[in-house]
Amino acid sequence: MNIHEYQAKALFEKFGVPVPKGTPARSAAEFDAALASLPEGAVMVKSQIHAGGRGKGTFTNGFKGGVKFCPTKAEAKAQAAQMLGQTLVTIQTGPVGRKVQTIYFTQASDIKKEYYLAILLDRQTSRPVIVASTEGGMEIEKVAHATPEKIHKVLVDPAYGLADFQVRHLLFRLGLTGTEAKNAARLIRNLYTMYWETDAAMVEVNPLITTPAGDVLALDGKVSFDDNALFRHPEIVALRDLNEEDPKEIEAAKASLSYIALDGNIACLVNGAGLAMSTMDIIKHYGGTPANFLDVGGGATREQVVAAFKIILGDQNVRGILVNIFGGIMDCNVIAQGIVDAVKEVGLKLPLVVRLEGNNVAAGKATLAASGLPLVAGDTMADAAQKIVKLVA
Amino acid sequence: MAILITPETKILIQGITGEFGARHTRLSLDYGTQVVAGVTPGKGGQFFEHGTHRVPIFNTVADAARATGATVSAIFVPPPFAADAILEGVDAGLAVAVAITEGIPIRDMVRVKRALQGSPTRLVGPNCPGLVTPGPGPDSHGGCRIGIAPGYIHRQGHVGVVSRSGTLTYEAVFQLTSRNIGQTTCVGIGGDPVNGTSHLDVIKLFNDDPETHGIILIGEIGGNAEVEAARWIKAHCRKPVAGFIAGATAPAGRRMGHAGAIVGGTEDTAAAKIAVFQECGIEVAITPSDMADALLRAARAKGVTLS
Repeated sequence: MNIHEYQAKALFEKFGVPVPKGTPARSAAEFDAALASLPEGAVMVKSQIHAGGRGKGTFTNGFKGGVKFCPTKAEAKAQAAQMLGQTLVTIQTGPVGRKVQTIYFTQASDIKKEYYLAILLDRQTSRPVIVASTEGGMEIEKVAHATPEKIHKVLVDPAYGLADFQVRHLLFRLGLTGTEAKNAARLIRNLYTMYWETDAAMVEVNPLITTPAGDVLALDGKVSFDDNALFRHPEIVALRDLNEEDPKEIEAAKASLSYIALDGNIACLVNGAGLAMSTMDIIKHYGGTPANFLDVGGGATREQVVAAFKIILGDQNVRGILVNIFGGIMDCNVIAQGIVDAVKEVGLKLPLVVRLEGNNVAAGKATLAASGLPLVAGDTMADAAQKIVKLVA
Repeated sequence: MAILITPETKILIQGITGEFGARHTRLSLDYGTQVVAGVTPGKGGQFFEHGTHRVPIFNTVADAARATGATVSAIFVPPPFAADAILEGVDAGLAVAVAITEGIPIRDMVRVKRALQGSPTRLVGPNCPGLVTPGPGPDSHGGCRIGIAPGYIHRQGHVGVVSRSGTLTYEAVFQLTSRNIGQTTCVGIGGDPVNGTSHLDVIKLFNDDPETHGIILIGEIGGNAEVEAARWIKAHCRKPVAGFIAGATAPAGRRMGHAGAIVGGTEDTAAAKIAVFQECGIEVAITPSDMADALLRAARAKGVTLS
């Protein structure tokens, strides 16, 4: 689960990670009060969406830049009015963009130097890793590619937690000394505590800055959480912004389906994540384009199949459907009946290819054949994929 | 011979009285697997009954292992308590703990993984279908089935299968069995980013197993476990290996059902992994329908008989 920058900054403050003073505003009526809470002087105006690249983004109304430096509060208010309620397109949002529903005003900081800091899981060692660099404010992937020696990593032993010497090593490598080093050490330790205690999947601060006064601040904040751990963090779940999620994905989650919308025109309904991914792949292999990833899980019920069909058909781009079920334990006949019921209930008019294999498959195929529905049977995954691609073309 | 488990292996079920655990315990008993004990704290002294089977239930894993000689456990405990259940199996000194549970918090698994260091227990999973060593009977009856895989699609033989995905493994096994090619052991290592046993761990076991003549390696996008396994295969494995990577069409940055199936950079895409497979002499299955045939091609090229 992802959260907005202003929410991440509030969490930072709670855990003792210093951030510039800031206040969010959800409507133009809130602008004056939000700006009044900041000290006089320059203000940053920041569009709040769950995507990076905001500063270089363009609004669909032509206004350029989702993050602006404003020398005065009056200008900040004027700029914010251009952003709120508008749709921002960045390299991460895709062409559709995201509607800006919250503006975050922050005090503009004097920057001495920018750094990069992140904490995430290192999959190779199964340990948390702290990644830091002197090259802040840039795309870290580019830094890692062009100058790998400027990326510093510290692996944390979960049995002991982050050790002081590890923080010291990191600070030396970043070239921080004196007051800056002391402040940065406290910030890194507190950020690690936040990462660990909130079950974060990733915490990224880009840039982390030093100021001429020796302060160290998180100027930006991007935080995501481990979905598996949300059950023990109601305070994190409360931060969820459904406006940032695809309504079809929310609907799917309610029916315990795993669904991700894509931009093709062949919908798929599959049991199991690996099989669902490879069904998308085989559609592509035979010249089609998948409209979605949809995993109905290992023990799909009739109700889930019906819900899945409704979600799939909610996508206007869909021109055909491929059902691929390997019924290992589940009875293929139960699934077949679910498909027949679903098709009748939703009044399907698109081509449908069904590939059923596994437990009680003969009965399942007989049920499909006896239904009188205009569906096409596929024998193997390859056969089924070729058939649906042909029907949609 | 097989790896990790044989038809004689005695297993215990942690969470035997839950609906999920009970259902799959019945299926394993029907398959002929030696399920000798169950563990549900607070229900020690009761029995799990199914047909003529009467499986004793214990309060702790240590008690169950001591009383019955079970050396392997299957864990069907719900996510909030699953990491603790794994640690209990490690503490009891089991040879293998197989965690079927899906949805265990990553932080819990990071701690479990640390606790496994230096321990004799091997963890398989979590979020996995488990393992099957097929038996000699009809529909491979009499084998050892730990977890949730359909036993009957297997056939006793000489191919090892290792995969992160459940149904994709069944697909591969089904293709093999349909071509009269049997399996030594099929191992689902699970779809989570932190797991107990890697592709490489299983590949090494298959390489050392004289009964295993060929290997199917099934991977997905995310992480570099498949790449690590492929490089080792290039250097050390003389057996024919076929590989498949799911997720070529997955968009970057999205979690594709499995928590571990997410493209983070340029190194963990399907295309990058497939390129490494090819470079390492692994016969790549063009589509998921091609997995068994890809292994047959690899075997032919090396003059190896799979059946």
